Amino acid sequence: MSAITTPLPEIPGSSALPYKGRVGMACLIIAESAIFTIFVVAYLYYIGKSLTGPTPREVLETPIFFTVCLLSSSLTIHLASKLLDRGKRGAFLALWFLTIVLGALFMYGTAREWHRLIYEHGLTISTNLFGTTYYSLVGLHAAHVTVGLLMLTIVLLFGLEGRVGREQSARIDVLSMYWHFVDAVWVVVFTVVYVLGR
Amino acid sequence: MSSDAMAIHQGTDVGSRPWVETLHGWVTTVDHKRLGILYILYALLFLAVAGSEAMIIRIQLMYPHNSFVSPQVFNRIFTMHGTTMVFFVGIPVLFGLANYLVPLMIGARDMAFPRLNAFSFWLTALGGFLLYFSFLGGSGLYGAGNAPDVGWWAYAPLTSRAFSPGHSSDYWTISLLVAGFGSIGTAINIIATILCMRCPGMKLSRMPLLVWLNLVVSGMVLIAITPLSAAQIMLCVDRYLGGHFFDTQAGGSAALWMHFFWIFGHPEVYILILPAFAVLSEVIPVFSRKPMFGYPVMVGATIAIGFISMSVWAHHMFSIGMSSYGNAFFVLTTMAIAVPTGIKIFNWLGTMWGGRIIFKTPMLFCIGFLFNFLIAGLTGIMLGSAAFNWQLTGSYFVVAHFHYTLSGSFLFGIFAAFYYWHPKITGRMLGERLGKLHFWLFFIGFHVCFDLMHIPGLLGMARRIYTYEPGRGWDTLNLLISIGAFIQGIATLIFVANLIISYFKGAKAGNDPWDAWTLEWSVSSPPPAYNFASIPTVASRRPLWDLKHPEDPDSRYE
Repeated sequence: MSAITTPLPEIPGSSALPYKGRVGMACLIIAESAIFTIFVVAYLYYIGKSLTGPTPREVLETPIFFTVCLLSSSLTIHLASKLLDRGKRGAFLALWFLTIVLGALFMYGTAREWHRLIYEHGLTISTNLFGTTYYSLVGLHAAHVTVGLLMLTIVLLFGLEGRVGREQSARIDVLSMYWHFVDAVWVVVFTVVYVLGR
Repeated sequence: MSSDAMAIHQGTDVGSRPWVETLHGWVTTVDHKRLGILYILYALLFLAVAGSEAMIIRIQLMYPHNSFVSPQVFNRIFTMHGTTMVFFVGIPVLFGLANYLVPLMIGARDMAFPRLNAFSFWLTALGGFLLYFSFLGGSGLYGAGNAPDVGWWAYAPLTSRAFSPGHSSDYWTISLLVAGFGSIGTAINIIATILCMRCPGMKLSRMPLLVWLNLVVSGMVLIAITPLSAAQIMLCVDRYLGGHFFDTQAGGSAALWMHFFWIFGHPEVYILILPAFAVLSEVIPVFSRKPMFGYPVMVGATIAIGFISMSVWAHHMFSIGMSSYGNAFFVLTTMAIAVPTGIKIFNWLGTMWGGRIIFKTPMLFCIGFLFNFLIAGLTGIMLGSAAFNWQLTGSYFVVAHFHYTLSGSFLFGIFAAFYYWHPKITGRMLGERLGKLHFWLFFIGFHVCFDLMHIPGLLGMARRIYTYEPGRGWDTLNLLISIGAFIQGIATLIFVANLIISYFKGAKAGNDPWDAWTLEWSVSSPPPAYNFASIPTVASRRPLWDLKHPEDPDSRYE
């Protein structure tokens, strides 16, 4: 090897670079936002364009309780990761578990709503445009909640084995970014489907 | 780097090991350089496939009433040609170059997420496989081969069950969905690498322009490929679950698909052309022996292109009957995007101005690019005007325009990249004589083919037709266009021959055959698995200039 690979002129290292996990998750969130945007645009565009019933006004009920569950899970996961930062692993696990319970409650709410729509009102994804857009948008969000719940559960299992400590708190932060995103998307979906859509 | 390190690297090379182990090594690799090479080889394979499809199209259109292929086969061939060229040539080759070069240029040892990198590549590979498996599986085992025939834009209602029975459109959908997820993974990886893995001193304002442009491209991938993924999910819902997104019989809208497709489709052409810009921004300074002219303006223009390209999509849809306000908006944004693009052309010319230009093959391709891209931009502005567009949309004029951007510009940039970085990737120079022959043949073939193609378009020849009546003034032109296409085919064969011959017999390159200035030339050719024995520290935009000219370093002036 020639002289070219001798160390280049030394310059004191510049400011610290960001953590790659956070940057990666931020990028994923940007990409996911674009996907949700397209589904939301389709939903808004097709409001009131269904040729047959049932219509949103007839069949949708606002899921206030389950919305509160999901949104408050953002708070619990935030507190949980703060506690992990301070090394309080027991309290972290308790709040983490509470987050999963709140997320699961939300999923139960979605399941109940879908069951009611399908069996009482006969609304399926192929019934009309409302059905197509409603199940796609809410289903896309529910799929993201499910993925989030799976990841939260994996962390919980590791935590119960005592393997989640302060060293992992950067990674836990990345996961909670995803969970906050899922909650934020619900605010948009809720507004579009249950407020504007009726 | 010490000789020990070299020996370790040599030890991991092919040679004495059984081929199964070598293969296993390549399949399970997470090394950004190997994945970059895999991406590029994969793109070359599909370039050959899609190029052959182009030849079939041109043979069919050589004479009026030709019956080389049936109308049905013709539809499949042009669909596969377009889809393959965009998704399985363009995107893999740009990600291949980014994968290989970005970590080397910013002084990193690998990408931020090596395993995500491998996963993304294999997703893209699966996508290409699925697309071509449709030839076998498109109609189950009944049909004798049924590839998608809905065009690469797949407008509704062509894709509805009634007009696209069997599974051919589903292979198209799933293939692009899978490849799209692969693209998103790689884009995330590139952004994280650039933002988090730069070596000491590599400030954003000192990054090579190739890195800057790939940062912008990856950002565009994040928000432009995803609408396509969303639309593909909707199409799957329509086709498999009986949804009505694009079903006009149930109140759905065919125009919505067009919007969703082109929200992806137009940024996509900038996603393809920006990496070619990136190559020019590295090659032109080195072969003009001058630093890049107007570096900050180049960065700004790139970001401007990234933003504006998100708001021009409906200039593909002037003929569907938008309001005059809609038309005016998209005309204005389309005109606006010509400004940063023009700035770039002037900056490259400014770099060449007064330089000692070395006319080696990479530089020839770059100069050819400038020439072709200028004309591509001018016809683009013509088509961007709604009134003109109404006359010529769906004609061969449009085909000529976008082949000027993709073949005459994107492909020229990629060829320049091959000649420039081949020594770094393989350790051997690409043959200069065959290279010059490749350039001139391709350049002449390109202009015979695509200059003339504008004329039948102006005379009214429609796109996508499988044949035409004699005596409309198109006959001779089409024959000449086909001859131009064959010349390009021969030139590409020469390029492939050059790749193979140079791989075995090319002159040894050494570390820095072009006397260049960016970090990748500071390591051996090919670089060792860990890239840098010790992480470099940079003080200017041209670290190797500083090293070679300690008496007059760039860092003094930046």
